[in-house]
Amino acid sequence: MSDQTEWNYSPAPESAKQAHISGRYEHFINGKWTAPKEGDYFSTTNPANGKKIAEVASGSQADVNAAVKAARAAYEGPWGKLSARDRGKYIYRIARLIQERAREFAIIETLDGGKPIRESRDVDIPLAANHFFYYAGWADKLEYAFPNRKIASLGVAGQVIPWNFPLLMAAWKIAPALATGNTVVLKPAETTPLTSLKLAELIAESGLPEGVVNIVTGAGETGAAIVNHADVNKVAFTGSTSVGKLIQKSVAGSNKKVTLELGGKAANIILDDAAIDQAVEGIVNGIYFNQGHVCCAGSRLFVQESVFDEVMWKLKRRMDTLIVGDPLDKNTDVGAINSKEQLRTIEKYIKTGREEGSEMYQTSCKLPASGNWCAPTVFTNVAQSSTIAQEEIFGPVLAVQTFRTVPEVIEKANNTPYGLSAGVWSDKGARLFQISSNLDAGVVWGNTYNQFDPTSPFGGYKESGFGREGGLHGLAAYLDM
Amino acid sequence: MPDCTLLSPPFNRVQSISRRRFPGKVRLASGQQRGENRTRSGLVPVRIFPLIMKTKSAATARYDISCSPPVDQVGIAERAQRFTTRSIKTGAKREGLLKVLNMIDLTTLEGADTPNKVRQLCYKAEHLHDAIPGLPTTAAVCVYPPFVKVARQALGSASPVKIASVATSFPSGQGHLDHKLEETQRAVGDGADEIDMVISRGKFLAGDYNYVFDEIAQIKEACGKARLKVILETGELGTLDNVRRASDIAIHAGADFIKTSTGKISSAATIPVTLVMLLAIRDYHFQTGKMVGMKPAGGISKAKLALHYLVMVKETVGPEWLTNQWFRFGASSLANDVLMQVAKLEDGLYQAPQYFSKD
Repeated sequence: MSDQTEWNYSPAPESAKQAHISGRYEHFINGKWTAPKEGDYFSTTNPANGKKIAEVASGSQADVNAAVKAARAAYEGPWGKLSARDRGKYIYRIARLIQERAREFAIIETLDGGKPIRESRDVDIPLAANHFFYYAGWADKLEYAFPNRKIASLGVAGQVIPWNFPLLMAAWKIAPALATGNTVVLKPAETTPLTSLKLAELIAESGLPEGVVNIVTGAGETGAAIVNHADVNKVAFTGSTSVGKLIQKSVAGSNKKVTLELGGKAANIILDDAAIDQAVEGIVNGIYFNQGHVCCAGSRLFVQESVFDEVMWKLKRRMDTLIVGDPLDKNTDVGAINSKEQLRTIEKYIKTGREEGSEMYQTSCKLPASGNWCAPTVFTNVAQSSTIAQEEIFGPVLAVQTFRTVPEVIEKANNTPYGLSAGVWSDKGARLFQISSNLDAGVVWGNTYNQFDPTSPFGGYKESGFGREGGLHGLAAYLDM
Repeated sequence: MPDCTLLSPPFNRVQSISRRRFPGKVRLASGQQRGENRTRSGLVPVRIFPLIMKTKSAATARYDISCSPPVDQVGIAERAQRFTTRSIKTGAKREGLLKVLNMIDLTTLEGADTPNKVRQLCYKAEHLHDAIPGLPTTAAVCVYPPFVKVARQALGSASPVKIASVATSFPSGQGHLDHKLEETQRAVGDGADEIDMVISRGKFLAGDYNYVFDEIAQIKEACGKARLKVILETGELGTLDNVRRASDIAIHAGADFIKTSTGKISSAATIPVTLVMLLAIRDYHFQTGKMVGMKPAGGISKAKLALHYLVMVKETVGPEWLTNQWFRFGASSLANDVLMQVAKLEDGLYQAPQYFSKD
């Protein structure tokens, strides 16, 4: 018997053949595929190997104008006149269609964005469908959601979404907008437009009236054109804090309703009485999920000093079992970094961390030769003033600090411009509640991390943005009350 | 209640100190017994077990039970689920399946067992399916004590297949200690290589941890050279915290293996329970450098599930546990399902169950 072998898993790749991707995609405006007015296309590539997947239209002001015009016409026309019950019917239909094509969506999400197929299959796509299901149910029950309030839809919603959860973010934006009777112009991120475009195919198939959902692709300028368009009533943006600040400036003086979901630098706090092995699992899930491309990632770890050695030993061991590589392989835990540009940013921060005297540990896993890769990384000997503890890295890089007392860790955790999320780990319920109620963060997870549900509101404090998505709060963001 | 002083204040202090200084690998001086002069956490203890002082050769330990760390059930369930999403294909599947066969304790524990059935079982253990050449033997056969002699005659003295015997008033554990010791000694005398004992769950649930510890330590002494597997019967322990505590007690009392279940009650081995036990084994290994084996038993009858267990072992305690020296499956029907999968890898076709011997 080959007793002493490592027993490594053989490759188990998901077949990319299941995904039908065209060579070129145009804008989806007024229910039709529409060539860009200025004729430009750009490529979207697979970050795991650098190969081009498809060409996508680059949106100009003229394209955005056409999309907003179509959305306005639909709002004034068929969609505005539709009964709430029928609105719900369409949203249910979209949810079911996503479920039916879940596998194809998962593969495309992984090809285009680099996230492991395990995550797109088990998290992104099912959650996206759930968001449509959840908000479909509210469509004809809005008066029960906000009793004794006079409510009205807003009009045209301009929505700009990031590249870390492409389809899921589209669902977060589109589902509540439709349920409340608004129409949509959505721009996916330039590195990950494909699942939004596949969603457009599916929306066309669902028979949703033309112009209710319009999808315009492009880079930052396209997004700016949507946000600044005079006929847009509502702006919803998820992305970086710097862009969020620009948007906030540009909508000042208009009566556009705005929600911004921006960056984060979440504190994940391990108390000495926590179940350490499960806490370590939560640390890994908090920072290495989706290569750390998560706005609510637990990127600052605070460990009570009495359990520091144990946590670090267990964390490093667990990190060593993470499989980094081909995102389409079903056994991959950590996939490819979304873009060359993002990889450079992460590498820059890792360099800074080392230069500032923090100790680095990286897993020794073999990284593929081509594509954008970053091994899971953890820094110890980090100060509250270290760059890697202050700035959002948006990559698989964890900064660890220790603390002695609870007031100390609350102060440190809140000492950041961000306030999106946090995690607390303790075996005592009372301590969990005491600490979580003192943290300035929109979401605080107790003895778990990165749990998402359509019924639960999500959003930030301070420079992490304002407004809530998900749950009843998510409806309110698309209603005039 | 033999010794309540264990939970008295000095130990609480030890706990807080040990939590702060989670030690590096503790290297024991040569000749030093496991746990001698040390607690689990490597600190000199305040009190000792009087009973263990008398039994010199037992694997002694002075171990603070209140140190058992908490277990978060939700977190365990999530981690357990994640093991089952690993996709084991082609070469890894074949290698894994052969490992599984070689880790099985082929078991018959029925009131209706006969000497002939035990002989057949022994033959099957050495000849799993001769139609496929190159298959391993199982790790052991597991029988009731009266059949140990029969099994020894059937297997001879040179067989790679070990003989495991349940003992200590299996499966309930409701018996007198002197009777349990005698039963153990007799099974070893008859030729058993391994003893599968059950803990006294009643005493454990009543909080009499010292009794449970002492009993295991004495059975271990009675085992002599035979390896001791300690069955926690996790289905009766109620919580994962209890599973962890029972694992710690068994390990520190000298268990060579810890085992989930007797297979005689409906809630037998599960991935979450096995994970909690593996984490106890891993922590002990980290603190002392010593390996302890793991045996999930009962309820594992499919090859795919068995492969998930191997994934869990590899990713929790490490690949060095992936031999039958350190990991076993207690199962009666698992072998045939694995054989069917191996046959499918050989010729690409699933064969009907009637082509595989049922013993």
